[in-house]
Amino acid sequence: MSGNTSNHQGWPYNLKTEAGEPYVIPQYEPQNGVLRWIESRLPIGGLLFGTAVSFPTPRNLNYWWTFGGILSFMLVVQIITGIVLVMHFTPHVDMAFNSVEAIMRDVNYGWLLRYLHANGASMFFVAVYIHMFRGMYYGSYKAPREILWILGVIIYLLMMATGFLGYTLPWGQMSFWGATVITNFFSAIPIVGESVVTWLWGGYGIGNPTLQRFFSLHYLLPFVIAGVVILHIWALHVVGQNNPTGVEPRTVKDVVPFTPYATVKDMFFMCVFCVVFAWFAFYIPNYLGHPDNYIPANPGVTPTHIVPEWYYLPFYAILRSIPDKLAGVCALFGSILLLAFLPWLDTSKVKSATYRPLYRQFFWIFVATCFVLGWLGSKPAEGGYVLASRVLTAWYFIHLLVVLPILGFVETPKALPNSISESVLKKGSVAALVALVIGLAATFGMTNSASAQDHAPNPPAVKWSFSGPFGKYDRGQLQRGFKVYREVCQACHSLSLVSFRNLAEKGGPEFSIAQAEAVAAEYKVKAEPDDNGDVNDRPARLADRFPAPFANEQAARASNGGAYPPDMSVLAKARGYERGFPLFIADIFTQYQEGGPDYLVAVLTGYENPPAGFKLPSASSFYNKYFPGHAIGMPKPLSDGQVEYGDGAPATVDQYSKDVTAFLMWAAEPHLEARKRLGLQVLAFLIILSGLLYFTKKKVWNDVHA
Amino acid sequence: MTTMSSDGHSRRDFLFIATGTVAAVGGAATLVPLVAQMNPDASTIAAGAPIEVDLTPITEGQAIKVFWRGKPIYISHRTKKEIEEAQKVSLADLPDPQTDAQRVKKGHDQWLVLVGICTHLGCIPIAHQGDYDGFFCPCHGSQYDTSGRIRRGPAPLNLAVPPYEFVSDSKIKIG
Ligand code: FES
Repeated sequence: MSGNTSNHQGWPYNLKTEAGEPYVIPQYEPQNGVLRWIESRLPIGGLLFGTAVSFPTPRNLNYWWTFGGILSFMLVVQIITGIVLVMHFTPHVDMAFNSVEAIMRDVNYGWLLRYLHANGASMFFVAVYIHMFRGMYYGSYKAPREILWILGVIIYLLMMATGFLGYTLPWGQMSFWGATVITNFFSAIPIVGESVVTWLWGGYGIGNPTLQRFFSLHYLLPFVIAGVVILHIWALHVVGQNNPTGVEPRTVKDVVPFTPYATVKDMFFMCVFCVVFAWFAFYIPNYLGHPDNYIPANPGVTPTHIVPEWYYLPFYAILRSIPDKLAGVCALFGSILLLAFLPWLDTSKVKSATYRPLYRQFFWIFVATCFVLGWLGSKPAEGGYVLASRVLTAWYFIHLLVVLPILGFVETPKALPNSISESVLKKGSVAALVALVIGLAATFGMTNSASAQDHAPNPPAVKWSFSGPFGKYDRGQLQRGFKVYREVCQACHSLSLVSFRNLAEKGGPEFSIAQAEAVAAEYKVKAEPDDNGDVNDRPARLADRFPAPFANEQAARASNGGAYPPDMSVLAKARGYERGFPLFIADIFTQYQEGGPDYLVAVLTGYENPPAGFKLPSASSFYNKYFPGHAIGMPKPLSDGQVEYGDGAPATVDQYSKDVTAFLMWAAEPHLEARKRLGLQVLAFLIILSGLLYFTKKKVWNDVHA
Repeated sequence: MTTMSSDGHSRRDFLFIATGTVAAVGGAATLVPLVAQMNPDASTIAAGAPIEVDLTPITEGQAIKVFWRGKPIYISHRTKKEIEEAQKVSLADLPDPQTDAQRVKKGHDQWLVLVGICTHLGCIPIAHQGDYDGFFCPCHGSQYDTSGRIRRGPAPLNLAVPPYEFVSDSKIKIG
């Protein structure tokens, strides 16, 4: 990749030896005849050596510089888990949701692969935002690194597209409505807008053609990203890395070879990053998602409050802050595209904010602006939120278009060090790291704190045996809960993703095989057509799923006063409630994932007489304290003594509610126990490896710091 | 540029080897889920449970095909003549020597149950065809006799007998 001629001038920085001679970078020398034979025909050894071994790296890089490596790693993780998931996914509107659920339930380690992929996308964005802010703080986009930076902006845009396409694939409610909103951006284009959107959809609305093309593109784009990443790295190796001083390396004293120095440092921090990744994937895998996306896509009902994934929130806020459709879409795209022009918008000759006292303050204001915009993006577009979004959107553009150009002329930078080795850097980065991590965590949580439309009180927190890092289901409770489901809920609610065999599987109610078979035999399912073509009923077997109580949605509605009793298979993950600040931040650390179960118990026990002045909309609705809007279509389902327990547990509504909810949580997350168990092992491993890598890194860097 | 110095070799080496080993173990462990996910999933395994077949509708001289674990299973109701042919062959004439008695259930000589997959390269042989009146594979011409044993052609082995048992005189359970 390298320009060979420039090698002799100490590429990439025109480095000099201490004597002032041009520095010649060590060249790859094949160790034996075979390697020499290959090298003279395909110099791949030299290419890799020059890229990853002998490449001179500024010796003063801090940990913010490890995110480039982390990003490459995350790209690989996403591609590998993605390729594997595709082996089990069905891109069809009738099957996509269930095939994702089959991955979660039946595929060996499927739950792990999907949670890694879903949370991996978020981690990828965490890393890219840190990487971008680092570039902005240290002026990494300035000459000669403009193209390097622009390639980075292109990668970021491709990531946004890929993330969006991927989010539509599970075909849940948020997938469907997110796709609807985003594709409708293009309808803002004058004259041809509508045709463009129809073309994108392949129909008159989002449908199967849309899903299939999104799937195809979601598979394609990561490889395009990989291609642009190669260009990005190529450009990096031509111009060399920036560093915290922003002063280019001059002599060999300013640099260290990439391997082992940068390699081991990158690996150490990558491992630390994986600890965070594993925390999310194993313990709070649904924290960053929306409960609504566990509801299958329904083109007839829009969720009350739709929010994009957290990583789009600032731009979503910008879009909504502008009351004109076309202008809003332009502002959204403009806010991203402007980043590509940073090398020219920033007029200062000094790169690093360390030596730019004014810019440094504006930089942090800009970071805060982005975070608050993200928070606003998660809020309903009403009242003060809109005003705040407008102010901050204006500031976002003012910062880029006005502040940056002017600062370069009015600011007096501090004296730059003569060289890197001379510089003494203040260690301000720890505080900044903490601030940024908390900020990111805060933005994360926004996605969960979205709906504010009704004023139902928060459900009381129930103590669940399955919460926390060591959580396990209570077998007795699951068995009782199943009894409640069978004797009460089943009359109206299907459980269509659960099979009878699951009842006997490890980590669930753990009935014996014989018990599960006996349960199955009590149900009737459709048999294969017989020789005369008649379809008869036969007793269900272990491999069968629970048959639905109604033949179709219309039949279910007809029997339930027009309301459709939802399927209960993933209900415990498809419900939740707003946690609010600062609880949602604490939830990351306390691993609170029981918003769904808490809500279900609250609704089951929340039937009351309507307060004075509250008017129920119809005779077939009932007052419920915790149901959004308070008018629920389901009559109070449970009453004391209704279900007989054989094990001495109290036969009360309270107990029934908890038991059936625990059962539903298991139905929604049958591998929860395996997940938490493996999570503990993975975390222990990663922490040990991080420790080892840390000491290895210290040893390797010993002579540099000496 | 700084180069590595060589002091403190052994302590350093131990640390490097320990770190490298732990990392390698972790890397190998991540292969487990990536490999395991390609094995049959739980629903496929559950669907591979034993099946029961009622034999009453199968008339003498008729062979039916049922599917178990996605494989075609031949159930052949053999005639007197077919049974005799199968029993009188001398083992020396067989590439994969097996008596007919070894391939049917005792007392149920008339029922031949076979996995209908040619032991050559997996095609489905056709029943009641070929020079041996048994099965003929159209792909590369393997010939099986009335006991499903290979007699001629490129297939190396007899047609496999799946695990099955008689639940009653007229009902078998395959699997
Ligand atoms: S597959 Fe049957 S003969 Fe080759």
